Amino acid sequence: MLQFLEQYTLLVQYTLIFASVLMLVALGGCFSEHSGVINLGLEGIMVIGALGGALMMFFLQDKVSGFPMVVLTLLAAILSGVAYSALLGVACINFKADQTIIGTALNLLGAAAATVIVKAVNSKQFGKPDDSLAYRVGRSSFTSSFTIGNTNFEFNWFMVIAVVMLIIAIIVLYKTKFGLRLMACGEHPQAAASVGVSVYKMRWAGVLISGAYGGLGGICYIMAGGGTWHFSYGVAGFGFLSLAVMIFGQWKPYRIALAALLFGFFRALSNVNGSISLLSQLNLPPTIYNMLPYIVSLIVLAFTSKKSRAPKAEGIPYDKGMR
Amino acid sequence: MKIFKNKAVQALLSSLICIVLGVLIGYIVLLIINPEGAGKAIITLLKNFFYYPTSAMRREYFGSTLVKTAPLLMCSLSVLFAYKTGLFNIGAAGQYCIGVCACLFTALYFSWPWYLCLLCAVVAGALFGFIVGVLKSYCNVNEVISGIMLNWIALYITNAVLSLVKEPTSPYTYKLQGAMGKAALLPTLGPINKFFNGNKYITIAVPIAIIIAIAVWVILEKTRFGYELKATGFNRNAAKYAGMADKRNAILTLVIAGALAGLGASFYYQSGIQQWECTATSVPGMGFNGIAATFLGGLNPIGTIFSSFFLQHITDGGTHIDTMKYSAQISELISSVIIYLCGFVLFIKHTMNKVSINKEAKRLKKEASKPAEEKAKGGEA
Repeated sequence: MLQFLEQYTLLVQYTLIFASVLMLVALGGCFSEHSGVINLGLEGIMVIGALGGALMMFFLQDKVSGFPMVVLTLLAAILSGVAYSALLGVACINFKADQTIIGTALNLLGAAAATVIVKAVNSKQFGKPDDSLAYRVGRSSFTSSFTIGNTNFEFNWFMVIAVVMLIIAIIVLYKTKFGLRLMACGEHPQAAASVGVSVYKMRWAGVLISGAYGGLGGICYIMAGGGTWHFSYGVAGFGFLSLAVMIFGQWKPYRIALAALLFGFFRALSNVNGSISLLSQLNLPPTIYNMLPYIVSLIVLAFTSKKSRAPKAEGIPYDKGMR
Repeated sequence: MKIFKNKAVQALLSSLICIVLGVLIGYIVLLIINPEGAGKAIITLLKNFFYYPTSAMRREYFGSTLVKTAPLLMCSLSVLFAYKTGLFNIGAAGQYCIGVCACLFTALYFSWPWYLCLLCAVVAGALFGFIVGVLKSYCNVNEVISGIMLNWIALYITNAVLSLVKEPTSPYTYKLQGAMGKAALLPTLGPINKFFNGNKYITIAVPIAIIIAIAVWVILEKTRFGYELKATGFNRNAAKYAGMADKRNAILTLVIAGALAGLGASFYYQSGIQQWECTATSVPGMGFNGIAATFLGGLNPIGTIFSSFFLQHITDGGTHIDTMKYSAQISELISSVIIYLCGFVLFIKHTMNKVSINKEAKRLKKEASKPAEEKAKGGEA
C-alpha cells in the first residue's frame, strides 16, 4: 500500500511542477495577447530566462547561499526574460513587423544564443566547450531552500510562486485600471486610443510582462530537471505547450490554471510511467507517453479553437492612422 | 534614384542588408566571447569550402554544401508555398522529419528501390501537412501551434520506428551503402561527380531541387491555382467571396508544402551522406533554416535557391571554426538574427520608397521653379 502511494505522490509532484511551468508561461502569453501582440517567442524567452537564472546560480554558487541566492536567481531569470522580450516589442510594436516571423526568430535565436554563451562560459571556466552548465552546488542549495516538508513529497517553492503569480495576474487584469486598459488595446486599440490610452505603451507593457512570466517559467522548468542542463535541448516545446494551455484556457487566468494542471499531468506521465505499476502493466512503448502531451494538445485544440475567445485585435500591428 | 523603386532591387537590397547586419552581429558576438581570433573565425565561416588548401578538396566540399543545399531548398520552398496562401508552415521541420522516417525505414527494412522510398517520404510529409491543413480549415487551430505539436510527434515516431533498423552498438541507423539499403541510394550524376573530386553524395537531387524551385515559381506566377492561392493569402474573405474554395485551397497548400519538405528529407538521407541518430532530442534544423531561407530569398522561389545556398554555406563554414574557442552554433545564431531582421524588411522597403519619393518630389520642385526663375531673369533683361 505504501509503495502504491509513493508511486502516485511522484506523479502528483511532477504534475504540479510541470503545471506550474506551463501556467507561468501561459499567463505570460495571456498578458501579451490581451494587449494585442501574439507572443510566439515564449519558447525562446524561456530559454533565455533559464540561461540568466542558471548563469547567476553558476557564478554565485560559492559566494551566496540560501535565500538571497534564490531571490537573485529569480530576479536574473525575470530580467533576462524581460530584456529578451524587448526584441519582440521593438520589432512588432514600433516597426510593425510580422509577429509570427519575429516570434519564430526569437525561438531559434534563444536556443542558438544560449548554446553559444554556455559553451563560451564553459571554455573560459574549464577550458572545455560543453553545452551543459553544471550548477550542481547551486542546485542542491537551491532545492533545499526551495523545498518544504520531508523526504517523500518534494513540495517545491515554485508551486507557491506560480500560485502567487496567478493571483497577481487575475488582480492586475480584472481589478486594476491598467489591466482593463491593456485588454482594451487587444480588443479595439483605436477605441482605446480615442479615450486617451497610449496603445504603444500598453502593448509594450503586455510584452514585457510576458517576458517576466516567461523567464520565470524557464528557470522553473530547468530546476525541475537534474543538476545539469543541456542548453542545446532548449525547453522541449514547453513554450508552445503553454500557448496551447492558454488557448484551451480561453485567455482567462483561472481557466489557464486548470488547463495547465491537465497538460502537466500528461507531461508528468512521460516521466513516471515506468514506476507506476498500473501503467507498466499496459506495456505501451515509452514513446507513446512522450508524445502524449502533444497529441492531447492537438485534440484539445481541435475541439476548443472553433469558439475562440481570442482578443480581437491580436496579431494586427497598431496603426494610428487607421480608425 | 529610380532604381530604388524597382521591386526586385528593393528585395535584393533588403536581403543584403539583413545578411550584412546578421554577419556583423555574429562578429560582435565572437568579439565578446574571445577578441583574438574573432576576425579569423568569421572569415573561416564565410569562406566555408575555401578553407581547404587544394582545389580538388575545395570542389569536393563545395559539392557537399550543394548536397545539403538541396534539402534546405525544398524546406524553404515548403515554407514559401504555404506563406503565399497566408499560412506559416513551421511544421516543415516535422514534415521533413517524418519524411526521413518513411524513406529510411522503407529503404532499410524492405530494401525498396530509391523511387519508392522517395515516394514514401513525399506521402509521409504530405500526410503531416494534411493534418495541419484539416485542423486549420475545419477546427480553426492555429497552424503554427499544431505544426509545432506535430514536429514533436514526428520526432518521437521517427526515433521509435528507425530504432528497428538501427546498428546494434550505436544509436545510428544502418548505413544506406550496406546490403539492405543499397537500392535506395539516389542515382549519381556520373561525369559531374568527377568534377567534384568524385564526391559520391552528389545525386540527381541537386538538379531536381533547382527544377522544382522553378516549377514552384511557374505554379505561383503563371497558373490559375497559384493565383487563387495568392489571392487567398492577400485577403481570405475576398477570395472566398470571389468563389475560391478557401478551405480546400488551404488544405491543398499544406499537403503540397508537406510533400516538398518530405521530398527534401529523401534528397538528403537517400544520398547516404548521413545516418539518423535514434536518440535525437530535437527535430533536424533543416525545416527551421528553411524559414530563414524563405524570407531571406525575398519570398521568391528563385531567390530561395541563392538564399538556401548562402545559409548552408555559412552553416557548413561554422563547422570549420576553432571549436575550442567558439561554438559551431554561431552560424545558427547568425541565421536566426537574419530571420529576425527579415521581419524589418517591410520597414526597409517602406524607407526606400520614401527616400525615392522624397528625391522625386525635390527634383520636380526644382524643375517647376526653374522656368519661373528663367522667366524672372528674362523679365529683368
